[in-house]
Amino acid sequence: MRTLRVGQTLSLRYRPRALVAAAGCLLVALAAGVVTIGSGDYPMSPAEVLTTLTGGGTPSQDFIVNELRLPRVLAALLVGASLGLAGAVFQSVVRNPLGSPDMLGLTQGASTGALIVVLAGGGSAALAGGAVAGGLLTGLLIYVLARRRGLHGFRLILVGIGVMAMLTGVNNYLLTRGKLMEASRAILWMTGSLDGRGWPELTPLLIALAILGPVIVIGFGRGLLMTEMGDDAARSLGVAVERSRTVLLGSAVVLVSFAAACAGPVSFVALTAPQLAKRLTRAPGPNLMPAACMGATLLVLADWVAQNLFAERQLAVGVVTGLLGGGYLVWLLATQRKAGRI
Amino acid sequence: MRAHATVDIEDGEDGHAEDGAERMTQGTHDASTAAAGATRLRGEGLTLSYDRRTIAENLTVAIPDRSFTVIIGPNACGKSTLLRALSRMLKPAAGSVLLDGRDISSLNAKQVARTLGLLPQSSTAPEGISVSELVSRGRYPHQGLLRQWSREDERVVAESMASTGVAELADRSVDELSGGQRQRVWIAMALAQQTPLLLLDEPTTYLDLAHQIDVLDLCARLHEEEGRTLVAVLHDLNHAARYATHLIAMRDGRVVSSGPPAEVVTAELVEEVFGLPCRVIGDPETGTPLVVPAARRHARKPPAVKSAS
Repeated sequence: MRTLRVGQTLSLRYRPRALVAAAGCLLVALAAGVVTIGSGDYPMSPAEVLTTLTGGGTPSQDFIVNELRLPRVLAALLVGASLGLAGAVFQSVVRNPLGSPDMLGLTQGASTGALIVVLAGGGSAALAGGAVAGGLLTGLLIYVLARRRGLHGFRLILVGIGVMAMLTGVNNYLLTRGKLMEASRAILWMTGSLDGRGWPELTPLLIALAILGPVIVIGFGRGLLMTEMGDDAARSLGVAVERSRTVLLGSAVVLVSFAAACAGPVSFVALTAPQLAKRLTRAPGPNLMPAACMGATLLVLADWVAQNLFAERQLAVGVVTGLLGGGYLVWLLATQRKAGRI
Repeated sequence: MRAHATVDIEDGEDGHAEDGAERMTQGTHDASTAAAGATRLRGEGLTLSYDRRTIAENLTVAIPDRSFTVIIGPNACGKSTLLRALSRMLKPAAGSVLLDGRDISSLNAKQVARTLGLLPQSSTAPEGISVSELVSRGRYPHQGLLRQWSREDERVVAESMASTGVAELADRSVDELSGGQRQRVWIAMALAQQTPLLLLDEPTTYLDLAHQIDVLDLCARLHEEEGRTLVAVLHDLNHAARYATHLIAMRDGRVVSSGPPAEVVTAELVEEVFGLPCRVIGDPETGTPLVVPAARRHARKPPAVKSAS
């Protein structure tokens, strides 16, 4: 722990290691982003990409980089950061590394909303709206069902798993009802993909993250740190536990819903990013900023893998995160079993 | 300083006539209310319940300033519930807890946290946290977004660790500590909060006898040297009698008696509150009351030795 003091009024406390970890993640993410922008049918060197990004490219380069490829990388960064942050909040509040939005039915809820729109023949803007509405309604449902004498870890997880099971059933039913074209479009969306994402898909998430990111990290982050010692301990330190928990979970649900609206339900980033960040920083607590940076890195890297793993055929990014995240989950369960915690 | 009893039960008009017998033991409340002096923390007409289960009704207590008050009573008598209400962990269904004359639930949470601290019965140390970091979390109510770690914070945390004897453990991980050491660390965190009032919920549970005494000695020292008002829930009647300056004895959600240990701890009261026949003698170390449970009345006679046939 280091302290930065300016006069009597300003004193900031930080961990050099956490700071380096977050900055390192961000640097890797940006570097991978530049490489991703440079790869494709019209390859460009990182130097060319950087020149074009700063406005020095030819008109065709400018179009390819700033109109076609940059939004996709930005979408990966923002979706990853949102999922990492939301995952860190969820895991901290329910005090369980498995308490991530994909495990609690939120992403399934977003899928349900999107599916209904697809089957009704709605366009991509309506689909995004459907996903947001689905995620938010699911969050509300879990909140109402789990809220008895306050939101609590285990009850929230159990209710969430139940809701997830129900919604998975609903989603499968909806898919069987759809026509072939609609169903395959829906399935592609449900895998989670950044293909063809442009500014219109990106902007709502950007706004949500710009508002809720500071609310979570600056507004309630320190209180969340206290809550990890138990509700009584936090309350006796002057944290408004219930209010802070409601705001935090609400913000996380909004972020997950908007992320799903942008890229579909990308799996496992919200689960893995906070855990990986924690192992990097070795700091107790939710590690909110490092988790967000780690999420961004994971998704940009996964998207690069998805685009380049097979030369002739692109994968959806959700396939990559699913494979990696699933493997990570198995590892997590295996090591925690050894440690006697599960 | 020994403050007088200011505890009583105010039975409402709806009348708990059947409780009359218990009221008789309350003693001197008329005379002592005036003499009690200042009380910063008090509960008035408290009805305490979890969901539908009512633990206590119409409970009125006052914590004398600068006392070491200990709440005693049998299991499920409501003593921890009362402490939770006084520390605003539990919102009373009726009545109110007053801190400096104002309803505690109406006060700013951080402001209360600078006046009244609580050592909860169970807290979780975050994985891998160091002793000094855990103790420094006690400074939370004194900090802000731009004032995260002032020199004052640093000084108070160092002092709190020194006075609880955990300074040399500062860089150790809390996970590695023994139960007794860990309890000292939690107390250090509560001290770092620098509250004139400190509430402790069964601070000696799960500790062996030596560590129990260790923690209680520490509490007594905080009370005597720093003039803090301490309120603790204890299970061990003899510990309570030895360390408290003011006792509150509860049974079935009611205060049965309160006052200095020498007045409260009598054989009759122990029998009434705990249902335990006993003798009360003077503690050979401190002269405070010492409860000696009565021997079994029908103790088994040693089996007659059969003569070998």
